[in-house]
Amino acid sequence: MGAHGPANKGLMRWITTTNHKDIGTMYLWFSFAMFIMGGAFAMIIRAELFQPGLQIVEPEFFNQMTTMHGLVMVFGAIMPSFVGLANWMIPMMIGAPDMALPRMNNLSFWILPPTFALLASTLFMDGGAPNFGWTFYAPLSTTYAPPSVSFFIFGIHLAGLSSIMGSINIIATVVNLRAPGMTYMKMPMFVWTWLITAFLLVAVMPVLAGAVTMMLMDIHFGTSFFSAAGGGDPVLFQHVFWFFGHPEVYIIILPAFGVVSQIIPAFARKPLFGYDSMVYATASIAFLSFAVWAHHMYTVGMPVAGELFFMYATMLIAVPTGVKVFNWVTTMWRGSMTFETPMLFCIGFILLFTIGGFTGVMLSLAPVDFQYHDSYFVVAHFHYVMVAGAVFSMSAAVYYWLPKWCGKMYNESMGKAHFWISFIGFNLTFFPQHFLGLAGMPRRIPDYALQFSDFNLMSSIGAFIYGASQILFLFNVVRTVVAGKPTSEPKTWEGAEGLEWTVATPAPYHTFSTPPEVK
Amino acid sequence: MPTDNSSGAKDISSSSGVTKTVVKSAVVVVAMFAFVFVVMVPLYNVLCDALGINGKTSGEQYQVVEAAIDTSREIRVQFVASNNDGMMWEFHPTDSVLRVHPGGVNDTLFYAKNPMAKAMIAQAIPSISPARAVEYFHKTECFCFNQQHLAAGEDIDMPLQFIVDQDLPADIKTITLSYTLFDVTDMVEAAPTITAR
Repeated sequence: MGAHGPANKGLMRWITTTNHKDIGTMYLWFSFAMFIMGGAFAMIIRAELFQPGLQIVEPEFFNQMTTMHGLVMVFGAIMPSFVGLANWMIPMMIGAPDMALPRMNNLSFWILPPTFALLASTLFMDGGAPNFGWTFYAPLSTTYAPPSVSFFIFGIHLAGLSSIMGSINIIATVVNLRAPGMTYMKMPMFVWTWLITAFLLVAVMPVLAGAVTMMLMDIHFGTSFFSAAGGGDPVLFQHVFWFFGHPEVYIIILPAFGVVSQIIPAFARKPLFGYDSMVYATASIAFLSFAVWAHHMYTVGMPVAGELFFMYATMLIAVPTGVKVFNWVTTMWRGSMTFETPMLFCIGFILLFTIGGFTGVMLSLAPVDFQYHDSYFVVAHFHYVMVAGAVFSMSAAVYYWLPKWCGKMYNESMGKAHFWISFIGFNLTFFPQHFLGLAGMPRRIPDYALQFSDFNLMSSIGAFIYGASQILFLFNVVRTVVAGKPTSEPKTWEGAEGLEWTVATPAPYHTFSTPPEVK
Repeated sequence: MPTDNSSGAKDISSSSGVTKTVVKSAVVVVAMFAFVFVVMVPLYNVLCDALGINGKTSGEQYQVVEAAIDTSREIRVQFVASNNDGMMWEFHPTDSVLRVHPGGVNDTLFYAKNPMAKAMIAQAIPSISPARAVEYFHKTECFCFNQQHLAAGEDIDMPLQFIVDQDLPADIKTITLSYTLFDVTDMVEAAPTITAR
């Protein structure tokens, strides 16, 4: 081992590492482990909903499952997976030797495993895990919460701290460490979307921390932020939560937009259409995300003027989002397209994300939202944008960059099988949920009326198929790392562009110790 | 063997541009955390008070201004009393409906009894429907301005005196005033200075 390898070996390499590639790898594996854990919770939910009536779990446990599924997927799986991708790719894309704050990078990762161990341990506590839904509305999460809520609050504080440190690191890297000649408007789209995401995180994670701090004070220190008896107001909680919560959904989806904007040009063999408009669209989405939070709360009894304001502001977001979708489609237009696994996932992303976007516009309409509110229609909507959005693009990213990361090629047939099985399983799971919601099935309830049986049966079968396809994904990745066909081609994909494809394959432990010149 | 990852780390993070960016970002983080407590919460309360948008009546006594009684119309004022979850008191209005003229001073009583074997403290929280009527409903005297301390088995008739404003929009014919009674015994013992409504 010389100057080009890690300083320590074995376990200590991973605990002490400050290398962006090592940390990125740990983030990706950790988030996949959380994805499997959150997925297991989802399997329990769908198994219970396979038939009407109560058969597998108690209603109290069911509530814990919906809560933990949401929390683990949002804070443990999706967010860290994109931070991992940012760690791996941003320094290589902008020609930097590493992240700007490598030691803080190590800390922001290593906070996460204890945090989620703490959160998972609440399942074994007296009174059970948090059971108030991932949105933890007060006073359900304060006055009526199980004792484990204090552990949950501490967990959210820690996860938020990790996110804030990670995003400050990304901002510092992108702003200061770009290679000479790489102006802002020459940055790859993935770097742009992450820069904007990092700004959103810095702005709203403290708001989430504030919300849980107020909960903690209401529970333990006798304040009444959310308790009507002491002069507080439960609706205040919803305002504070969604002031964080709506930018949060763009925190989850913007890096996915970035991934898709990298991959589609590579397989369409054309440069990204409308790069400038993509940048401005991303920035507008982020900006507007601060002015739409109350569309999650149309039914709390807002004045009509408020409902109209939030309705129009929300519908406005469809414009920059539409710009992005049209730009991706136009990038493919008359391109020399090939359909390798990453491209399949990206096309699946565009199709399904657009469906999720349309149901989003439906939900933005205040008069009709009263029917959709808290129904399975909402569940279907946000899984179309979160799963088909974030998870599909993450799968695309892994297939696209895996050969660069480990110098080995994944099995293409298995990758394609993973795509088609997840595509079918996903749609079978969530498309019927639109109909269930419109027919009046409420979310977060372990039992349902008999007329919902058939669609729930389909949905559960779809969920098991989708879950199984992720095991295939895991198998393919592990098989690639252990016994994949070696490749040393710097450019794995003929149409791929960007600095990360100019370094050797597999990517050396240290890249761009001398910055490249960008023209 | 050069331990190049740690020395490399030092070189990057000591650059002044990075320090500046980090300081700026950290200021945003701290400012946003403070924003929740210093701006969002007070602003919400001020807006709700000023616009009456959450159906809450003012927590303060109304200063009566001399005004003519509008006998041309009659407004139905309904009274609703309910206990919050876990509260065991008997609690109901003596009149369920009053027909009143805007501008006139009206009196009614709410009855409360503590049937438990221990002294308890309660706080009534008002809410008005339709919320638009909040700014036209004035209370000159209300038991909800104070907490109610009742010994074991004690009961009380609690007074409410109110005026419906003459400027009440003509399309509002019925106003419902609802009180929810909360058990605040533990809260008062934990923090004796909570704001009364």
